[in-house]
Amino acid sequence: MSLLSIKGLVKRYPSDSGAQIDVLRIPSLLVEPGEQILLKGESGSGKSTLLNLIAGIVVADEGEIALSGENICALSESARDAHRACSLGYVFQNFNLLNGYTSLENVELGMSFGSGVDRSYAKNLLDRVGLGNRQGYRPEELSQGQKQRVAVARALANRPKLVLADEPTGNLDPKNANLSLELIQSLCSENGAALILVSHDPDLDYRFERTLELAELNQTGMARAEGGST
Amino acid sequence: MRAYEIAFRGICQRRVSSLITICAVALACSMLMLVWAFKKEAERSFAGANGGFDAVLGPRGSKLQIVLNGLYHLDESPGLMKWDDYEQIAKFPAIEAAYPIAVGDNYRGCRLVGTVPEYLQNHYYTDGKPFELESGGELFSDESMRAVAGSLAARRLGIGVGDTFQPYHGLIFNENAIHEEVYTVSGVLEPTGTPADRVIWIPIKGIQTMSGHNPAAATDISAVLLKFKQGANMAGFQLDMLYNKQGNRLTLAWPADRTIIQFFDKISWIDKALQAMTALVVIIAGGSILAILYNAMNERRRDIAVLRALGAKKMTVFSISLLEALGMSFAGVIAGFAAYALFGFAVGEVVQRETGVALNPFIGNASMIWAPVGMLGIGFLSGLVPSVKAYRTEVSRNLS
Repeated sequence: MSLLSIKGLVKRYPSDSGAQIDVLRIPSLLVEPGEQILLKGESGSGKSTLLNLIAGIVVADEGEIALSGENICALSESARDAHRACSLGYVFQNFNLLNGYTSLENVELGMSFGSGVDRSYAKNLLDRVGLGNRQGYRPEELSQGQKQRVAVARALANRPKLVLADEPTGNLDPKNANLSLELIQSLCSENGAALILVSHDPDLDYRFERTLELAELNQTGMARAEGGST
Repeated sequence: MRAYEIAFRGICQRRVSSLITICAVALACSMLMLVWAFKKEAERSFAGANGGFDAVLGPRGSKLQIVLNGLYHLDESPGLMKWDDYEQIAKFPAIEAAYPIAVGDNYRGCRLVGTVPEYLQNHYYTDGKPFELESGGELFSDESMRAVAGSLAARRLGIGVGDTFQPYHGLIFNENAIHEEVYTVSGVLEPTGTPADRVIWIPIKGIQTMSGHNPAAATDISAVLLKFKQGANMAGFQLDMLYNKQGNRLTLAWPADRTIIQFFDKISWIDKALQAMTALVVIIAGGSILAILYNAMNERRRDIAVLRALGAKKMTVFSISLLEALGMSFAGVIAGFAAYALFGFAVGEVVQRETGVALNPFIGNASMIWAPVGMLGIGFLSGLVPSVKAYRTEVSRNLS
């Protein structure tokens, strides 16, 4: 059974005139357990919207998104939150670490809403991303690359089945971008988590088992739409 | 990491604004307790500090002035009354004890009160408690040149058994108005928590015949302190009729403690003003919590969105915000109790020094329950608006 199965997914947003416009229309997408996929697309093409739909942050207007056989579109908001807390890891372009918290506490936050805090596992993760000696540092005391490594550790803290990474290297210099990417991929492999990594970097294809162009996947004709927060 | 830990972090992260809010809540809570609890305690203590007397007979004048002068050793006597008046009322069948007092002199600002030795010897100033002297002390006799200092007076003046002093004329200290008589302190009273602690007691003849006093008034007195026999409930009405309604020379202040309560009633406008001020502080405290959390919520949309993206439920972020409000209110209430204790202790000391009445602000009072509960309630209500805002935060829009 596929880890993630998307069928007939449609997401609409209201246009300036008030009319509902399809921003995503994906007939089918399957992701196998442990698979690592690169999702490419231009800005505003709906990449983040797709990740948010998979994460249950936004709700599809039509279709089905099944994770481990459970259709998250049919779940209540509270159940979707629980699904996110237990089954998903999320890595953001801007890291989104909480400023008042140390590296260790930021990683622990990734566990707080799911199975509960396991401090030794959080420390192991920080060791694994090379920040074992930065556990007590707050985000403002870390470099950009270090912040992203904390974010990666946080995304894996709840032992997710699927990690969603939204332009995780977008704010890093090439060297750090490369290191981060390696780290995300190897940690996902070690933990048996599948990975959907969104990027518009054309040189990443060779690193992934499968590369998807959202423009080809999305049948709305909106994939090259300008701007927007999709 | 649990919701309360995240809430605690939120409070610590905004430590300056949180501290201001906590101080505002503390001020409001302590003011609420001070205004209500302290008023009750002041009324209770002043009414209870009547020295075990039911009434005071004095020259024609204000009942309040007679009570303040006779029992609380404040204010001046409205005049003088004859020794015969004392003897007459002392013989009244319903009177258990009558003690004459005379005032008019001081020692370095401490009032000298002339009375008969039986007052300090036989009278119970409160239920079953007689005056007691510190070890080594003795009472004075009618004719002696001895004095017994109240505990506060002795402490303030730094006098003890064997010390001598010369009284000064009048109730206000004037170093040029010194009398030639020399008194020896023969004893110091154990603290009683009543106005008796802040005066110096001497034989009544000492005041009456002090050098420089009018010889024509050598038998006059300032007031008579009266204790009724148990069960003599009608005595007060009879004496009130006799002295206040039928007579016109003397005034009977009865019941003595009700007179002081009536005084508190007369100055109740101060309470109302304080209550209005307190209400304002409470509103400011509530508004402060609301404003700080509401503004913080604007700054923290991203953080809330991140928590939601990590799986926090809407109710969780709602709870975190509400716990922050309640946490600040709780800290404010604790600080409020501390401020109340500190301020209450200081005010109690001042009141005791000035009046001799011992206030105990730490006696349990209903306001010590409803004021903190009320402040927590206000914190809860003030936290609702920002909490609803946190609840409604759109995750996708606020994630970068």
